[in-house]
Amino acid sequence: MTSLTNPKNATNLVIGYLLILMSCSSEEAIENKPNLNIIGRSISKSSDQVLRRGNGAEPQTLDPHKAEGVPSSNILRDLYEGLITEAPDGRLLPGAAQKWEISPAGTVYTFQIRQDARWSNGEPVTAQDFVYSFRRSVNPATGSKYSQILSSIVNAEDIITGAKSVETLGVNALSTHNLEITLKAPTPYFLGLLTHSTTYPVYQPAIEKYGRKFARPGNLVSNGAYRLNGWVVQSHISLERNSEYWNDSKTAIDKVTYYVVEDQSAELRRYRAGELDWTETIPLGEIAWIRKNLGDELKVSPYLGTYYYGFNLTKPPFKDHRALRVALSMAIDREIITEKISGLGEIPAYGWVPPAVSDYAAQSFQFKSMKRQQRLAEAKKLYQISGYSEKNPLHLELRYNTSENHKKIAIAVAAMWKKELGVTTKLVNEEWKVFLKNRKQKQVTQVFRAGWIGDYNDAYTFAELMYSNHGINDVGYRNPYYDQLLAQASLETQPSKRRLLLEEAERVLLSDCPIIPIYFYVSKSLIKPYVRGFVGNVMDHHYTKHFRILEH
Amino acid sequence: MLAYIVRRVLGAIPTMFILITLAFFLIRIAPGGPFDLEKKLPPQIQANLDRIYHLDESLLFQFCRYFWNIIHCDFGPSFQYQDYGVNELIRSGFPVSLSLGLTAMIIAVFIGCLLGGFSALKQNTFIDHVFMSVAMLGIAIPNFVLAPLLILFFAVNLDWFPAGSWNNGHFSHRVLPIICLAVPQLAYIARLMRGSMIEVLGSPYILTARAKGLSDTIIILRHALPPAILPVLSYFGPAVAAIITGSVVIEQIFGLPGVGRYFVQGALNRDYTLVMGIVIFYGTLIIGFNLIVDVLYGVIDPKVRYR
Repeated sequence: MTSLTNPKNATNLVIGYLLILMSCSSEEAIENKPNLNIIGRSISKSSDQVLRRGNGAEPQTLDPHKAEGVPSSNILRDLYEGLITEAPDGRLLPGAAQKWEISPAGTVYTFQIRQDARWSNGEPVTAQDFVYSFRRSVNPATGSKYSQILSSIVNAEDIITGAKSVETLGVNALSTHNLEITLKAPTPYFLGLLTHSTTYPVYQPAIEKYGRKFARPGNLVSNGAYRLNGWVVQSHISLERNSEYWNDSKTAIDKVTYYVVEDQSAELRRYRAGELDWTETIPLGEIAWIRKNLGDELKVSPYLGTYYYGFNLTKPPFKDHRALRVALSMAIDREIITEKISGLGEIPAYGWVPPAVSDYAAQSFQFKSMKRQQRLAEAKKLYQISGYSEKNPLHLELRYNTSENHKKIAIAVAAMWKKELGVTTKLVNEEWKVFLKNRKQKQVTQVFRAGWIGDYNDAYTFAELMYSNHGINDVGYRNPYYDQLLAQASLETQPSKRRLLLEEAERVLLSDCPIIPIYFYVSKSLIKPYVRGFVGNVMDHHYTKHFRILEH
Repeated sequence: MLAYIVRRVLGAIPTMFILITLAFFLIRIAPGGPFDLEKKLPPQIQANLDRIYHLDESLLFQFCRYFWNIIHCDFGPSFQYQDYGVNELIRSGFPVSLSLGLTAMIIAVFIGCLLGGFSALKQNTFIDHVFMSVAMLGIAIPNFVLAPLLILFFAVNLDWFPAGSWNNGHFSHRVLPIICLAVPQLAYIARLMRGSMIEVLGSPYILTARAKGLSDTIIILRHALPPAILPVLSYFGPAVAAIITGSVVIEQIFGLPGVGRYFVQGALNRDYTLVMGIVIFYGTLIIGFNLIVDVLYGVIDPKVRYR
């Protein structure tokens, strides 16, 4: 043994392996060769109009009628253009429609499609294209998950259920460039809905030719500022400017690539390494570091969403127990949560509809004006009225979907309840799909985490969630007066009166206290200083055509 | 030998059947379905989707339909990535996972054996201790810790390699993921090789060979190496499985478009067809690889008899 441990033998071993190594496939040999010349990366030239965006998860589809979720929507906004589009600050602008008229009753919209609106293959965009697209959107065979967005159009709901044929939809072409849409009832936010991807036009010949594969590079014909250039699943989607777009002369960015980055820390690292110009979000755990080192690049803007806790109103202890619900709501110090935990300038929520919603006066709990001590005294009183005390404390379960941020907030809330009221809270975390199922079934849930991001900039997108028969009324809230106010609001033609009805509805809701709003969301991202054109808006909608790259 | 292989392949069929059946029902037992979103779908839309994806049929009927399809090599459309079929997704993801996994495996085996063998020859010297301590570290550090560390150091601080993405498999984009995949296997193989090499070098027939005056080169390469490498060979099966599971993490961290990433996303999204497709694919791969290892074993070690 000892005789074998001389250097020569070891060298022999090395040679033996090298011989075997050489005989392996040439591809692998090339891979392992440490050639320093090819390590250099292809970094874009400093003034190239190329934008690289982190975009969260892999988009589920680029079929605008089937799409859901933020990652798809971000890309679809560049690829397609609906009748209406948005300015950087979120104001509505004419899109594929140059102008429109609304009938005095507010139910008939006549759109004039631009003469110069073109598909990316040069064909004109016509009113018939929109008729085809709206019909496809509500057609049950399409399987659109968002088609209910169009339910304000005549017959749309019946078509979705299969009771009527798609030809009966209230969308008609009056001429090649004139489109008429008839609504069941005046819907003041209808124009805003027309920025949603379910209303985007799709190119009929491509769908008929390629079927499910129409939204692939080479097959996809679109009418937005960009066209689809490449798609590597789970890696990136790249778009290039659409020279046929009617407003192409105003577009600055030539190429935009959307990278799939699910992991927020990975996204930050790639941003720091200069591989991304713009992140989808930021890892909250590193917020202090980001503020210190990348403070100027951090963009935070109010977002149309509410982070809240819901009570299960169909089961004890919260069924018919308003005082207890109010006590729990009052005992939460929302300012501590937004300052110390979420920490990005979220607004403490004392109401349900976010203050960012347009044409609406935000409502709030009556106890908002009280001082903290006063609130706590009141909360204790209500807690005792409900039949609980230090000797007989309330035991409850607080359920949230597994996530570091939700956990931190849940712990803080449980601690506040314990300290101020003596409530014993058991924290339960569940995987997302399990959590959603439990919430919907309303069997095991007591208090659960939830969040709601508005679909469009109107108070109704929040109000309708608490409507008795609404699909996501996971708290099981039922108040006939509330339902009646909402029904009235949806028929009201006068915006000022409608607004009062919705505000009254929110006051009713807050007084019944079926939910505990915690904070109003903000959107957050990092953007390199050389990327210009970012304007924060409440929908967090950003169109690449509004951006440009500075020399850097 | 041929009969043995045929028997093994036939024996794999019931295994695959059980695997498919279990996977099919297990993923459906998991609460929540592919279309359970935070926004609840109106019942009529849910019904439309269920009809399109045949979820309105009885489970048994769905199973038969699925089985019929996979016999025809059709894994169906993905529930989540609606523009793609599962076949297409696996076809696009597999080359990425394969090239990473294979490279990592080859590096792990060669360097691992080299270091292990070297350590054995230098048993209890300083260099042996260094190698083995490093190997221990390599086994102990999980790749979800190693990967971010490497990225921070080599991508963010030194700017030598990119922090992620695939870029059509450009060399520089492969280096860090391959290192992360290879290191734990390399470390394990090095320790394995060292142990078995020490054992072989101490056995009587090596002493005999030395007594007959054979050169050290011949003794090590011809007589000591083949038996010493057998434990490493039998570790191939577990190593492939470990690299597959490792790639699930690594692909996520580096943002690589491989099969492992689909597996995670598919499971979280309850993308039934995608998860099933990958389970079947991986199952076939691992069974096939174990078969190859068994056959190789017989080639190297005549003691193994195929009955």
